[in-house]
Amino acid sequence: MSITDIQNEIIEEFSMFEDWEERYQYMIDLGKDLPMIKEAYKTDSNIIKGCQSKVWVHAELKDDKIEFTADSDAIITKGIIAILIRSFSNQHPKDIIDANTDFIDQIGLKEHLSPTRANGLVSMIKQLKLYAIAYQTQL
Amino acid sequence: MFKLFTCSSNRVKAVARALSYKTNSISGVLQLQVMLNVNNIRKDFPILNRKVNGKPLVYLDNAATSQTPKQVIDAIVDYYSNYNANIHRGVHTLSQEATDLYEASRIKIQKHFNAKHAHEIIFTSGTTHGINLVANGFASLLNKNDEIIVSALEHHSNIVPWQMLCERTGATLKVIPMNLEGELLMDVYDTLLTAHTKLVFVNHISNALGTINPIEYIIEKAHNVGAAVLIDGAQSCPHIKPNVQELDVDFYVTSAHKMCGPTGVGMLYGKEAWLNKLPPYQGGGEMIDQVSFKKTTYAALPHKFEAGTPDIAGGIVFGTAIDYMNSIGFEHIAAYENELLGYATKALQTIEGLKIYGTASNKTSVISFNLEGIHPYDVGTILDKLGIAVRTGHHCTQPIMDFYKIPGTVRASFAFYNTKEEIDILVSGVKKAKMMLS
Ligand SMILES: Cc1ncc(COP(=O)(O)O)c(C=O)c1O
Repeated sequence: MSITDIQNEIIEEFSMFEDWEERYQYMIDLGKDLPMIKEAYKTDSNIIKGCQSKVWVHAELKDDKIEFTADSDAIITKGIIAILIRSFSNQHPKDIIDANTDFIDQIGLKEHLSPTRANGLVSMIKQLKLYAIAYQTQL
Repeated sequence: MFKLFTCSSNRVKAVARALSYKTNSISGVLQLQVMLNVNNIRKDFPILNRKVNGKPLVYLDNAATSQTPKQVIDAIVDYYSNYNANIHRGVHTLSQEATDLYEASRIKIQKHFNAKHAHEIIFTSGTTHGINLVANGFASLLNKNDEIIVSALEHHSNIVPWQMLCERTGATLKVIPMNLEGELLMDVYDTLLTAHTKLVFVNHISNALGTINPIEYIIEKAHNVGAAVLIDGAQSCPHIKPNVQELDVDFYVTSAHKMCGPTGVGMLYGKEAWLNKLPPYQGGGEMIDQVSFKKTTYAALPHKFEAGTPDIAGGIVFGTAIDYMNSIGFEHIAAYENELLGYATKALQTIEGLKIYGTASNKTSVISFNLEGIHPYDVGTILDKLGIAVRTGHHCTQPIMDFYKIPGTVRASFAFYNTKEEIDILVSGVKKAKMMLS
């Protein structure tokens, strides 16, 4: 599936919920399925700066696609990174670089998109894209 | 060459008196009521009518910044509508009036803190600025044999400038440790003081835990070895009225925005002798006496430390904010906030798995807590969705968080305009967060 297809799928899933509570509950549940980063990669250099909670991300190139794994010590943050990774993982670096992330707004999590918010969603997106840029040069 | 413009001090005094007549009549009315009438007080704060995420705002982040009463907002509008001019430099009427208002506010602040002289009050941009001003001044007075003492409860603003000072001068930084309750260990403090101690820096009240520190003791012991003391009053001034002469403190700093005033303004109190000893912090207009390319001589206090055009409106309405708080009365504020603290502590403690950090017997209306196994950021996010504003994180006090081995806390801090109903909303919000997040 393309990044856009996955994002549309996520939008559809979130549209089934009535209010913020259910959306948050679903996001928290998605966090539980997050592809777990190996303990060995939970190093300070893999921590994303700008988040109030800790977020670790690791990226690996499998053939010509990037596979992301991550974790966070806060479960809402874990849900957010899980949503991002679901749309970016197993994709071409170039597609990740070009991907748009407006779907976050459409699933009712707009408040997390503010660049000044301490949860660092914007920093997460930037970091995932930086990995993609780095790996693209290796292809 | 420029000559510093000074205004007649009699005129300033008269303006101060005129302003105080006005506020006396306000406080007269308010003080007739024995207890503080929160419903009436809340009407003074337009922002408290706001909705956040569709819910009525429950503002419990007062330790970060307090809300602004309409008296202060109106005074800002009044200043820009009627008096706006640059101060201390014009002969025209507007400049004279603006200068008078600014200097009258300084006198109001002097009276409030009971400083001996108005020129011992330096307008700053806030607590952080005041601390940096003093730290910078001491750079020229210290050498590598000297020692500085800070406390384990300090805000980063009161750690980093001293570390920088120690790097510059080679002086040693020592730390007064704390116990699990969040109280400073005075017996260890006694042993840290030596003949080499030149400065002691402690906050009056801890922003992360609410502990009221025994500053009277700290000041007396420091003076016994000849050290100067700076007290960070950012968290105390919203709750109590410090008397700098009685405390015999050398420097006392605070920010207006924590006590119903605007952001970006604060004050540094310094004993006259100390302020004369310290070199100026920044160079520029206003702080000079005579300028030539050969030599510049500095203006007298307080202007020596007030380079450039200040936040004039901010300085003036800082005085308005102090009037406002005095019109309610600090005894009433303290008694009521203490009641809120007791009520909230009791209610929060009924939640299983909730742990409160900072349980000193002497503390202000701040409750730092965590839910077992749940990150404070998650709790704060859910509370925000419910319209409840709390602070989450390390509160600029990473050493305290390291001490407890936690990433941060959720901090609810109450002001005199908060209500028990709001605390009930907080408690049910925390219960809901716990349910959603476990
Ligand atoms: C104890 C303490 N010191 C210093 C500061 C810094 O104050 P400001 O940011 O107004 O300079 C604060 C504010 O959070 C504080 O709580």
